[in-house]
Amino acid sequence: MTETDPRLLLLSPGDNVYVLRAAIEAGEEIAVEGARLRLPQRLGIGHKLARRAIPAGAKVVKYGAPIGSASADIAPGAHVHLHNLQSDYTATHSLEAARAAFETAQGERKA
Amino acid sequence: MTEGMRGWPRADGRKGIRNVVAVAYLVECAHHVAREIAMVDRMSAHVIGFPGCFPNPYAQRMMERLCTHPNVGAVLLVSLGCESFDRYALERTVAGSGRPVRTLVIQNDGGTRATIAEGRDWVAARAAEHAVAPTVPMAVSELVVGTVCGGSDGTSGITGNPAAGLAFDRLVAEGATCIFEETGELIGCEEIMAARAATPELAEELRRSVEKAARYYATLGYGSFAAGNADGGLTTIEEKSLGAYMKSGQSRISGLIKPGDIPPRGGLYLMDVVPDGEVRFGFPNISDNAEIVEMMASGAHCTLFVTGRGSVVGSALAPVIKIAANPHMYRRLSEDMDINAGRVLEGTASLAEVGAEIYDKVLAVAAGVPSASEGLGHQEFILTYKSFEPIGPSCLPV
Repeated sequence: MTETDPRLLLLSPGDNVYVLRAAIEAGEEIAVEGARLRLPQRLGIGHKLARRAIPAGAKVVKYGAPIGSASADIAPGAHVHLHNLQSDYTATHSLEAARAAFETAQGERKA
Repeated sequence: MTEGMRGWPRADGRKGIRNVVAVAYLVECAHHVAREIAMVDRMSAHVIGFPGCFPNPYAQRMMERLCTHPNVGAVLLVSLGCESFDRYALERTVAGSGRPVRTLVIQNDGGTRATIAEGRDWVAARAAEHAVAPTVPMAVSELVVGTVCGGSDGTSGITGNPAAGLAFDRLVAEGATCIFEETGELIGCEEIMAARAATPELAEELRRSVEKAARYYATLGYGSFAAGNADGGLTTIEEKSLGAYMKSGQSRISGLIKPGDIPPRGGLYLMDVVPDGEVRFGFPNISDNAEIVEMMASGAHCTLFVTGRGSVVGSALAPVIKIAANPHMYRRLSEDMDINAGRVLEGTASLAEVGAEIYDKVLAVAAGVPSASEGLGHQEFILTYKSFEPIGPSCLPV
Protein backbone atom coordinates (compact mmCIF):
# COMPACT_ATOMS: atom_id res chain seq x y z
CA MET A 1 0.00 0.00 0.00
CA THR A 2 1.42 3.36 -1.02
CA GLU A 3 1.73 6.04 1.63
CA THR A 4 -1.30 8.17 2.53
CA ASP A 5 -1.62 10.81 5.26
CA PRO A 6 -3.22 9.23 8.37
CA ARG A 7 -5.75 12.09 8.52
CA LEU A 8 -7.30 10.77 5.31
CA LEU A 9 -9.94 8.14 5.92
CA LEU A 10 -10.99 5.66 3.24
CA LEU A 11 -14.53 4.55 4.10
CA SER A 12 -14.86 1.77 1.53
CA PRO A 13 -12.26 0.09 -0.74
CA GLY A 14 -13.98 1.19 -3.97
CA ASP A 15 -14.23 4.88 -2.99
CA ASN A 16 -12.54 7.53 -5.13
CA VAL A 17 -12.56 10.11 -2.31
CA TYR A 18 -11.00 10.27 1.14
CA VAL A 19 -12.70 11.93 4.15
CA LEU A 20 -10.67 14.18 6.46
CA ARG A 21 -10.67 12.93 10.04
CA ALA A 22 -8.96 16.18 11.11
CA ALA A 23 -8.35 19.57 9.47
CA ILE A 24 -5.39 20.06 7.12
CA GLU A 25 -3.90 23.55 6.90
CA ALA A 26 -3.27 25.53 3.70
CA GLY A 27 0.22 24.92 2.30
CA GLU A 28 0.72 21.71 4.23
CA GLU A 29 2.39 18.92 2.27
CA ILE A 30 0.50 15.64 2.44
CA ALA A 31 0.84 12.18 0.90
CA VAL A 32 -2.04 10.77 -1.15
CA GLU A 33 -1.39 7.20 -2.31
CA GLY A 34 2.33 7.84 -2.59
CA ALA A 35 2.08 11.20 -4.39
CA ARG A 36 3.06 14.30 -2.40
CA LEU A 37 1.08 17.50 -2.83
CA ARG A 38 0.35 20.83 -1.15
CA LEU A 39 -3.16 21.98 -0.28
CA PRO A 40 -3.94 25.44 -1.69
CA GLN A 41 -6.49 26.10 1.09
CA ARG A 42 -7.37 24.84 4.56
CA LEU A 43 -9.79 21.89 4.57
CA GLY A 44 -11.95 21.17 7.62
CA ILE A 45 -12.88 17.91 9.28
CA GLY A 46 -15.43 15.89 7.30
CA HIS A 47 -14.46 17.36 3.92
CA LYS A 48 -13.48 15.20 0.94
CA LEU A 49 -10.34 14.94 -1.17
CA ALA A 50 -9.94 13.04 -4.46
CA ARG A 51 -8.10 9.73 -4.15
CA ARG A 52 -7.33 9.65 -7.87
CA ALA A 53 -8.27 11.60 -11.02
CA ILE A 54 -12.03 11.76 -11.54
CA PRO A 55 -13.10 12.90 -15.04
CA ALA A 56 -16.10 15.23 -15.47
CA GLY A 57 -19.31 13.20 -15.62
CA ALA A 58 -17.90 10.23 -13.65
CA LYS A 59 -19.54 9.11 -10.41
CA VAL A 60 -17.97 10.21 -7.16
CA VAL A 61 -18.05 7.20 -4.81
CA LYS A 62 -18.08 7.35 -0.98
CA TYR A 63 -19.27 4.63 1.46
CA GLY A 64 -18.97 2.39 -1.62
CA ALA A 65 -21.96 4.15 -3.22
CA PRO A 66 -22.32 7.03 -5.70
CA ILE A 67 -22.91 10.42 -4.09
CA GLY A 68 -23.28 12.34 -7.38
CA SER A 69 -21.33 13.12 -10.56
CA ALA A 70 -18.21 15.19 -11.10
CA SER A 71 -19.17 18.49 -12.75
CA ALA A 72 -15.53 19.18 -13.76
CA ASP A 73 -12.33 17.17 -14.09
CA ILE A 74 -10.99 16.52 -10.59
CA ALA A 75 -7.24 16.10 -10.04
CA PRO A 76 -5.84 13.62 -7.51
CA GLY A 77 -5.68 15.27 -4.07
CA ALA A 78 -8.12 18.07 -5.01
CA HIS A 79 -10.90 19.19 -2.67
CA VAL A 80 -14.19 17.57 -3.80
CA HIS A 81 -17.16 19.77 -3.00
CA LEU A 82 -19.83 22.05 -4.49
CA HIS A 83 -17.51 23.41 -7.23
CA ASN A 84 -16.84 20.01 -8.84
CA LEU A 85 -19.53 17.60 -7.62
CA GLN A 86 -23.26 17.72 -8.24
CA SER A 87 -26.22 15.64 -7.08
CA ASP A 88 -27.88 13.21 -9.49
CA TYR A 89 -31.18 13.99 -7.68
CA THR A 90 -31.74 17.57 -6.46
CA ALA A 91 -29.39 20.55 -6.61
CA THR A 92 -27.66 21.61 -3.41
CA HIS A 93 -28.46 24.93 -1.76
CA SER A 94 -25.64 26.68 0.08
CA LEU A 95 -24.89 30.16 1.40
CA GLU A 96 -21.41 30.25 -0.19
CA ALA A 97 -22.25 32.94 -2.79
CA ALA A 98 -24.13 35.05 -0.21
CA ARG A 99 -21.26 34.79 2.26
CA ALA A 100 -18.62 35.67 -0.36
CA ALA A 101 -20.60 38.76 -1.39
CA PHE A 102 -21.04 39.78 2.27
CA GLU A 103 -17.34 39.35 3.04
CA THR A 104 -16.32 41.29 -0.11
CA ALA A 105 -18.62 44.17 0.90
CA GLN A 106 -17.23 44.12 4.44
CA GLY A 107 -13.68 44.18 3.07
CA GLU A 108 -14.53 47.21 0.94
CA ARG A 109 -16.04 49.01 3.95
CA LYS A 110 -12.91 48.37 6.01
CA ALA A 111 -10.58 49.45 3.19
CA MET B 1 -35.54 -6.80 33.01
CA THR B 2 -33.16 -3.89 33.48
CA GLU B 3 -32.25 -2.87 36.99
CA GLY B 4 -33.85 0.44 37.78
CA MET B 5 -36.06 0.79 34.73
CA ARG B 6 -39.63 1.46 35.81
CA GLY B 7 -42.53 2.97 33.95
CA TRP B 8 -45.92 4.52 34.56
CA PRO B 9 -48.52 1.99 33.37
CA ARG B 10 -51.23 3.16 30.93
CA ALA B 11 -54.59 1.58 30.15
CA ASP B 12 -53.48 0.58 26.62
CA GLY B 13 -50.67 -1.57 28.03
CA ARG B 14 -47.85 0.82 27.19
CA LYS B 15 -45.67 2.33 29.89
CA GLY B 16 -44.28 5.85 30.21
CA ILE B 17 -40.68 6.72 31.14
CA ARG B 18 -41.90 10.18 32.19
CA ASN B 19 -45.22 11.35 33.65
CA VAL B 20 -45.95 14.71 32.08
CA VAL B 21 -49.02 16.97 32.11
CA ALA B 22 -49.54 18.00 28.48
CA VAL B 23 -50.94 21.50 28.02
CA ALA B 24 -52.22 21.57 24.45
CA TYR B 25 -53.23 24.70 22.54
CA LEU B 26 -55.62 23.97 19.69
CA VAL B 27 -54.84 27.07 17.63
CA GLU B 28 -52.01 29.62 17.78
CA CYS B 29 -54.46 32.10 19.34
CA ALA B 30 -54.45 29.96 22.51
CA HIS B 31 -50.66 29.47 22.60
CA HIS B 32 -49.86 32.31 24.98
CA VAL B 33 -52.44 31.18 27.52
CA ALA B 34 -51.17 27.59 27.31
CA ARG B 35 -47.56 28.71 27.80
CA GLU B 36 -48.49 30.83 30.81
CA ILE B 37 -50.40 27.93 32.35
CA ALA B 38 -47.44 25.58 31.98
CA MET B 39 -45.13 28.12 33.67
CA VAL B 40 -46.67 27.07 37.00
CA ASP B 41 -44.51 23.93 36.85
CA ARG B 42 -42.09 23.97 33.91
CA MET B 43 -40.64 20.53 34.55
CA SER B 44 -43.97 18.70 34.89
CA ALA B 45 -46.14 20.62 32.40
CA HIS B 46 -45.12 20.57 28.73
CA VAL B 47 -46.71 22.70 26.01
CA ILE B 48 -47.71 21.09 22.72
CA GLY B 49 -50.23 22.25 20.14
CA PHE B 50 -51.34 22.91 16.61
CA PRO B 51 -51.21 26.50 15.36
CA GLY B 52 -53.58 26.28 12.37
CA CYS B 53 -57.19 27.45 12.33
CA PHE B 54 -58.18 25.32 9.32
CA PRO B 55 -59.00 21.66 9.94
CA ASN B 56 -56.47 18.98 9.01
CA PRO B 57 -57.03 15.24 9.64
CA TYR B 58 -53.27 14.65 10.00
CA ALA B 59 -52.96 17.28 12.74
CA GLN B 60 -56.06 15.94 14.50
CA ARG B 61 -54.62 12.43 14.52
CA MET B 62 -51.20 13.65 15.62
CA MET B 63 -52.69 15.56 18.55
CA GLU B 64 -54.72 12.49 19.57
CA ARG B 65 -51.59 10.32 19.48
CA LEU B 66 -49.48 12.87 21.35
CA CYS B 67 -52.08 13.45 24.08
CA THR B 68 -52.21 9.68 24.64
CA HIS B 69 -48.42 9.22 24.42
CA PRO B 70 -47.15 6.86 27.15
CA ASN B 71 -45.11 9.66 28.76
CA VAL B 72 -48.29 11.75 29.21
CA GLY B 73 -50.30 11.29 32.41
CA ALA B 74 -52.90 14.06 32.09
CA VAL B 75 -53.99 16.56 29.44
CA LEU B 76 -55.27 20.13 29.59
CA LEU B 77 -56.71 21.35 26.28
CA VAL B 78 -56.68 25.10 25.69
CA SER B 79 -59.04 26.32 22.99
CA LEU B 80 -59.73 29.88 21.91
CA GLY B 81 -63.26 28.79 21.05
CA CYS B 82 -63.79 29.62 17.39
CA GLU B 83 -61.04 27.52 15.76
CA SER B 84 -61.84 24.55 13.52
CA PHE B 85 -59.92 21.96 15.53
CA ASP B 86 -62.28 19.23 16.79
CA ARG B 87 -61.67 19.61 20.52
CA TYR B 88 -64.64 17.36 21.32
CA ALA B 89 -63.11 14.38 19.53
CA LEU B 90 -59.72 15.04 21.14
CA GLU B 91 -61.20 15.26 24.63
CA ARG B 92 -63.17 12.02 24.03
CA THR B 93 -60.02 10.21 22.87
CA VAL B 94 -58.01 11.32 25.88
CA ALA B 95 -60.80 10.45 28.31
CA GLY B 96 -61.14 7.05 26.61
CA SER B 97 -57.45 6.41 27.31
CA GLY B 98 -58.09 6.66 31.05
CA ARG B 99 -56.24 9.95 31.51
CA PRO B 100 -57.57 12.97 33.39
CA VAL B 101 -58.53 15.60 30.80
CA ARG B 102 -60.02 19.07 30.97
CA THR B 103 -60.82 21.57 28.21
CA LEU B 104 -60.62 25.32 28.82
CA VAL B 105 -62.21 27.62 26.24
CA ILE B 106 -60.80 31.12 26.53
CA GLN B 107 -63.87 32.76 24.97
CA ASN B 108 -66.15 31.08 27.53
CA ASP B 109 -63.91 31.03 30.56
CA GLY B 110 -63.35 34.73 31.19
CA GLY B 111 -60.44 35.57 28.88
CA THR B 112 -56.71 35.40 29.31
CA ARG B 113 -56.21 36.00 33.02
CA ALA B 114 -59.06 33.84 34.31
CA THR B 115 -58.18 30.96 31.96
CA ILE B 116 -54.54 31.02 33.03
CA ALA B 117 -55.53 30.95 36.71
CA GLU B 118 -57.94 28.06 36.23
CA GLY B 119 -55.46 26.15 34.09
CA ARG B 120 -52.67 26.56 36.60
CA ASP B 121 -54.83 25.20 39.42
CA TRP B 122 -55.70 22.14 37.33
CA VAL B 123 -52.10 21.51 36.25
CA ALA B 124 -50.74 21.91 39.80
CA ALA B 125 -53.31 19.40 41.11
CA ARG B 126 -52.36 16.83 38.42
CA ALA B 127 -48.62 17.36 39.03
CA ALA B 128 -49.19 16.68 42.74
CA GLU B 129 -50.99 13.42 41.86
CA HIS B 130 -48.17 12.46 39.48
CA ALA B 131 -45.58 12.94 42.22
CA VAL B 132 -47.04 9.96 44.10
CA ALA B 133 -48.26 7.87 41.13
CA PRO B 134 -47.10 4.24 41.31
CA THR B 135 -44.66 2.79 38.76
CA VAL B 136 -44.11 -0.79 37.60
CA PRO B 137 -41.02 -2.60 36.27
CA MET B 138 -40.31 -2.04 32.61
CA ALA B 139 -38.26 -4.15 30.18
CA VAL B 140 -36.03 -3.06 27.30
CA SER B 141 -38.44 -4.85 24.95
CA GLU B 142 -41.15 -2.35 25.97
CA LEU B 143 -39.11 0.63 24.81
CA VAL B 144 -39.79 2.53 21.60
CA VAL B 145 -36.76 4.56 20.46
CA GLY B 146 -36.64 6.93 17.51
CA THR B 147 -33.64 8.36 15.75
CA VAL B 148 -33.16 11.54 13.75
CA CYS B 149 -30.15 13.50 12.64
CA GLY B 150 -29.89 17.25 12.26
CA GLY B 151 -27.26 19.85 11.68
CA SER B 152 -25.34 17.12 9.86
CA ASP B 153 -21.80 17.51 8.55
CA GLY B 154 -19.12 15.28 7.05
CA THR B 155 -18.57 13.58 10.42
CA SER B 156 -22.21 12.56 11.08
CA GLY B 157 -22.18 9.62 8.69
CA ILE B 158 -18.88 8.19 9.90
CA THR B 159 -19.15 8.52 13.70
CA GLY B 160 -22.51 9.39 15.32
CA ASN B 161 -24.85 7.75 12.83
CA PRO B 162 -23.10 4.35 12.61
CA ALA B 163 -22.68 4.36 16.42
CA ALA B 164 -26.41 5.03 16.81
CA GLY B 165 -26.97 2.18 14.34
CA LEU B 166 -25.00 -0.17 16.59
CA ALA B 167 -27.13 0.86 19.59
CA PHE B 168 -30.23 0.23 17.44
CA ASP B 169 -28.97 -3.24 16.51
CA ARG B 170 -28.64 -4.16 20.18
CA LEU B 171 -32.03 -2.68 21.14
CA VAL B 172 -33.76 -4.51 18.26
CA ALA B 173 -32.02 -7.77 19.23
CA GLU B 174 -33.44 -7.36 22.73
CA GLY B 175 -36.97 -6.90 21.42
CA ALA B 176 -37.30 -3.12 21.50
CA THR B 177 -38.99 -1.09 18.77
CA CYS B 178 -36.70 1.24 16.84
CA ILE B 179 -37.79 3.80 14.26
CA PHE B 180 -35.60 5.64 11.76
CA GLU B 181 -36.47 8.29 9.19
CA GLU B 182 -36.62 10.26 6.95
CA THR B 183 -37.29 9.20 3.41
CA GLY B 184 -36.14 12.55 1.99
CA GLU B 185 -32.74 11.79 3.50
CA LEU B 186 -32.56 8.26 2.14
CA ILE B 187 -32.46 9.34 -1.49
CA GLY B 188 -29.84 7.21 -3.18
CA CYS B 189 -30.07 4.45 -0.53
CA GLU B 190 -33.31 2.87 -1.77
CA GLU B 191 -31.76 -0.29 -3.22
CA ILE B 192 -29.42 -1.15 -0.34
CA MET B 193 -32.26 -0.48 2.09
CA ALA B 194 -34.83 -2.52 0.18
CA ALA B 195 -32.45 -5.51 0.34
CA ARG B 196 -32.92 -5.53 4.14
CA ALA B 197 -36.73 -5.72 4.05
CA ALA B 198 -38.44 -8.64 5.79
CA THR B 199 -40.53 -9.42 2.68
CA PRO B 200 -40.31 -8.61 -1.06
CA GLU B 201 -43.59 -6.68 -0.79
CA LEU B 202 -42.14 -4.50 1.99
CA ALA B 203 -39.01 -3.99 -0.13
CA GLU B 204 -41.22 -2.55 -2.87
CA GLU B 205 -42.99 -0.25 -0.37
CA LEU B 206 -39.61 1.01 0.93
CA ARG B 207 -38.43 1.72 -2.61
CA ARG B 208 -41.66 3.53 -3.46
CA SER B 209 -41.47 5.70 -0.32
CA VAL B 210 -38.02 7.00 -1.30
CA GLU B 211 -39.11 7.55 -4.92
CA LYS B 212 -42.03 9.58 -3.58
CA ALA B 213 -39.64 11.67 -1.48
CA ALA B 214 -37.34 12.30 -4.46
CA ARG B 215 -40.32 13.47 -6.56
CA TYR B 216 -41.66 15.64 -3.77
CA TYR B 217 -38.36 17.43 -3.12
CA ALA B 218 -37.72 17.79 -6.88
CA THR B 219 -41.04 19.66 -7.14
CA LEU B 220 -40.07 21.92 -4.26
CA GLY B 221 -36.69 22.60 -5.88
CA TYR B 222 -34.67 21.94 -2.72
CA GLY B 223 -33.40 18.73 -1.20
CA SER B 224 -33.51 18.07 2.53
CA PHE B 225 -30.18 19.85 2.76
CA ALA B 226 -29.32 23.01 4.71
CA ALA B 227 -26.55 25.48 3.97
CA GLY B 228 -24.65 24.37 7.09
CA ASN B 229 -24.46 20.81 5.75
CA ALA B 230 -22.29 22.11 2.89
CA ASP B 231 -20.07 24.12 5.28
CA GLY B 232 -19.46 20.87 7.12
CA GLY B 233 -18.19 19.12 4.00
CA LEU B 234 -21.36 17.47 2.68
CA THR B 235 -21.90 18.16 -1.02
CA THR B 236 -25.01 16.32 -2.24
CA ILE B 237 -28.26 14.91 -0.88
CA GLU B 238 -27.12 11.38 -1.78
CA GLU B 239 -24.01 11.85 0.33
CA LYS B 240 -26.01 13.19 3.26
CA SER B 241 -28.47 10.31 2.80
CA LEU B 242 -25.84 7.58 2.95
CA GLY B 243 -24.60 9.08 6.21
CA ALA B 244 -28.14 9.35 7.60
CA TYR B 245 -28.88 5.76 6.54
CA MET B 246 -26.11 4.53 8.87
CA LYS B 247 -28.42 5.32 11.82
CA SER B 248 -30.56 2.34 10.88
CA GLY B 249 -27.85 -0.20 11.75
CA GLN B 250 -27.85 -3.68 10.23
CA SER B 251 -31.09 -5.25 11.48
CA ARG B 252 -33.74 -6.61 9.19
CA ILE B 253 -36.38 -3.94 8.44
CA SER B 254 -39.71 -5.12 9.85
CA GLY B 255 -42.04 -2.45 8.56
CA LEU B 256 -42.82 0.93 7.08
CA ILE B 257 -44.97 3.33 9.10
CA LYS B 258 -46.29 6.85 8.68
CA PRO B 259 -46.44 9.44 11.48
CA GLY B 260 -48.91 8.32 14.14
CA ASP B 261 -48.85 4.63 13.16
CA ILE B 262 -47.82 2.64 16.22
CA PRO B 263 -45.59 -0.38 15.42
CA PRO B 264 -47.45 -3.55 16.44
CA ARG B 265 -44.35 -5.23 17.92
CA GLY B 266 -40.60 -4.91 18.35
CA GLY B 267 -38.26 -4.54 15.39
CA LEU B 268 -36.84 -1.90 13.11
CA TYR B 269 -39.23 0.40 11.24
CA LEU B 270 -38.76 3.12 8.65
CA MET B 271 -40.99 6.16 9.05
CA ASP B 272 -42.22 7.69 5.79
CA VAL B 273 -42.59 11.38 6.62
CA VAL B 274 -43.26 12.71 3.11
CA PRO B 275 -46.94 13.53 2.46
CA ASP B 276 -48.95 11.59 -0.12
CA GLY B 277 -50.55 13.07 -3.20
CA GLU B 278 -49.67 16.35 -4.88
CA VAL B 279 -47.41 18.85 -3.12
CA ARG B 280 -49.81 20.83 -0.97
CA PHE B 281 -48.57 22.33 2.29
CA GLY B 282 -44.92 22.98 1.52
CA PHE B 283 -41.84 21.26 2.90
CA PRO B 284 -42.56 17.91 4.56
CA ASN B 285 -40.72 18.77 7.79
CA ILE B 286 -39.73 22.37 8.15
CA SER B 287 -37.15 21.69 10.90
CA ASP B 288 -35.82 18.84 13.03
CA ASN B 289 -38.42 19.06 15.78
CA ALA B 290 -41.18 18.20 13.30
CA GLU B 291 -39.50 14.81 12.92
CA ILE B 292 -39.11 14.33 16.66
CA VAL B 293 -42.83 15.08 17.07
CA GLU B 294 -43.66 12.45 14.45
CA MET B 295 -41.47 9.90 16.26
CA MET B 296 -43.40 10.66 19.47
CA ALA B 297 -46.74 10.32 17.68
CA SER B 298 -45.67 6.78 16.79
CA GLY B 299 -44.90 6.10 20.44
CA ALA B 300 -41.17 6.87 20.80
CA HIS B 301 -40.29 7.15 24.50
CA CYS B 302 -37.08 8.97 23.62
CA THR B 303 -35.22 9.99 20.47
CA LEU B 304 -31.55 9.71 19.54
CA PHE B 305 -30.42 12.88 17.78
CA VAL B 306 -27.08 12.77 15.97
CA THR B 307 -25.59 16.16 15.13
CA GLY B 308 -22.34 17.31 13.55
CA ARG B 309 -22.82 21.08 13.39
CA GLY B 310 -24.34 21.13 16.86
CA SER B 311 -28.12 21.23 17.29
CA VAL B 312 -29.19 22.13 20.83
CA VAL B 313 -32.90 21.24 20.67
CA GLY B 314 -34.78 18.92 22.97
CA SER B 315 -38.48 18.15 22.95
CA ALA B 316 -41.68 18.38 24.92
CA LEU B 317 -43.00 15.03 26.24
CA ALA B 318 -40.09 12.71 25.39
CA PRO B 319 -36.37 13.14 26.14
CA VAL B 320 -33.91 13.72 23.29
CA ILE B 321 -30.43 12.17 23.58
CA LYS B 322 -27.77 14.23 21.80
CA ILE B 323 -24.94 12.44 20.05
CA ALA B 324 -22.12 14.73 18.92
CA ALA B 325 -20.53 13.42 15.72
CA ASN B 326 -17.89 16.15 15.43
CA PRO B 327 -15.22 16.30 18.17
CA HIS B 328 -14.56 20.05 17.71
CA MET B 329 -18.24 20.86 18.07
CA TYR B 330 -18.40 18.62 21.16
CA ARG B 331 -15.76 20.75 22.85
CA ARG B 332 -17.70 23.94 22.07
CA LEU B 333 -21.11 22.56 23.08
CA SER B 334 -20.29 19.78 25.54
CA GLU B 335 -22.98 20.90 28.00
CA ASP B 336 -25.62 20.36 25.30
CA MET B 337 -24.38 16.89 24.32
CA ASP B 338 -24.92 13.48 25.93
CA ILE B 339 -22.38 11.47 23.91
CA ASN B 340 -19.12 12.38 22.14
CA ALA B 341 -18.97 10.12 19.09
CA GLY B 342 -16.28 12.40 17.63
CA ARG B 343 -13.74 10.43 19.66
CA VAL B 344 -13.88 7.82 16.89
CA LEU B 345 -12.14 10.27 14.55
CA GLU B 346 -9.51 11.13 17.13
CA GLY B 347 -8.75 7.47 17.75
CA THR B 348 -9.73 7.53 21.45
CA ALA B 349 -12.80 5.30 21.14
CA SER B 350 -14.09 2.69 18.72
CA LEU B 351 -17.50 2.77 17.08
CA ALA B 352 -18.43 -0.29 19.17
CA GLU B 353 -17.55 1.55 22.39
CA VAL B 354 -19.59 4.60 21.44
CA GLY B 355 -22.48 2.34 20.37
CA ALA B 356 -22.43 0.67 23.79
CA GLU B 357 -22.33 4.07 25.47
CA ILE B 358 -25.44 5.16 23.51
CA TYR B 359 -27.24 1.97 24.50
CA ASP B 360 -26.39 2.55 28.18
CA LYS B 361 -27.53 6.18 27.92
CA VAL B 362 -30.91 5.11 26.50
CA LEU B 363 -31.45 2.82 29.48
CA ALA B 364 -30.30 5.46 31.96
CA VAL B 365 -32.60 8.11 30.46
CA ALA B 366 -35.44 5.58 30.41
CA ALA B 367 -34.76 4.95 34.10
CA GLY B 368 -35.25 8.65 34.83
CA VAL B 369 -31.87 10.35 34.42
CA PRO B 370 -32.48 13.64 32.53
CA SER B 371 -30.79 13.92 29.14
CA ALA B 372 -28.65 17.03 28.52
CA SER B 373 -31.35 18.95 26.63
CA GLU B 374 -33.98 17.86 29.14
CA GLY B 375 -31.89 19.14 32.04
CA LEU B 376 -31.42 22.46 30.24
CA GLY B 377 -35.21 22.81 29.96
CA HIS B 378 -35.50 22.36 26.18
CA GLN B 379 -39.10 21.56 25.30
CA GLU B 380 -39.36 22.48 21.61
CA PHE B 381 -42.45 21.42 19.70
CA ILE B 382 -43.75 22.01 16.19
CA LEU B 383 -46.67 20.60 14.21
CA THR B 384 -47.72 21.75 10.75
CA TYR B 385 -50.17 20.79 8.00
CA LYS B 386 -49.68 17.53 6.09
CA SER B 387 -51.79 14.91 4.36
CA PHE B 388 -51.28 11.16 4.25
CA GLU B 389 -53.02 8.11 2.89
CA PRO B 390 -52.99 5.00 5.11
CA ILE B 391 -50.03 2.62 4.75
CA GLY B 392 -50.37 -0.34 2.38
CA PRO B 393 -51.17 -3.91 3.52
CA SER B 394 -47.55 -5.11 3.14
CA CYS B 395 -46.07 -2.43 5.39
CA LEU B 396 -46.50 -4.10 8.78
CA PRO B 397 -45.22 -7.49 9.99
CA VAL B 398 -47.94 -10.17 10.07
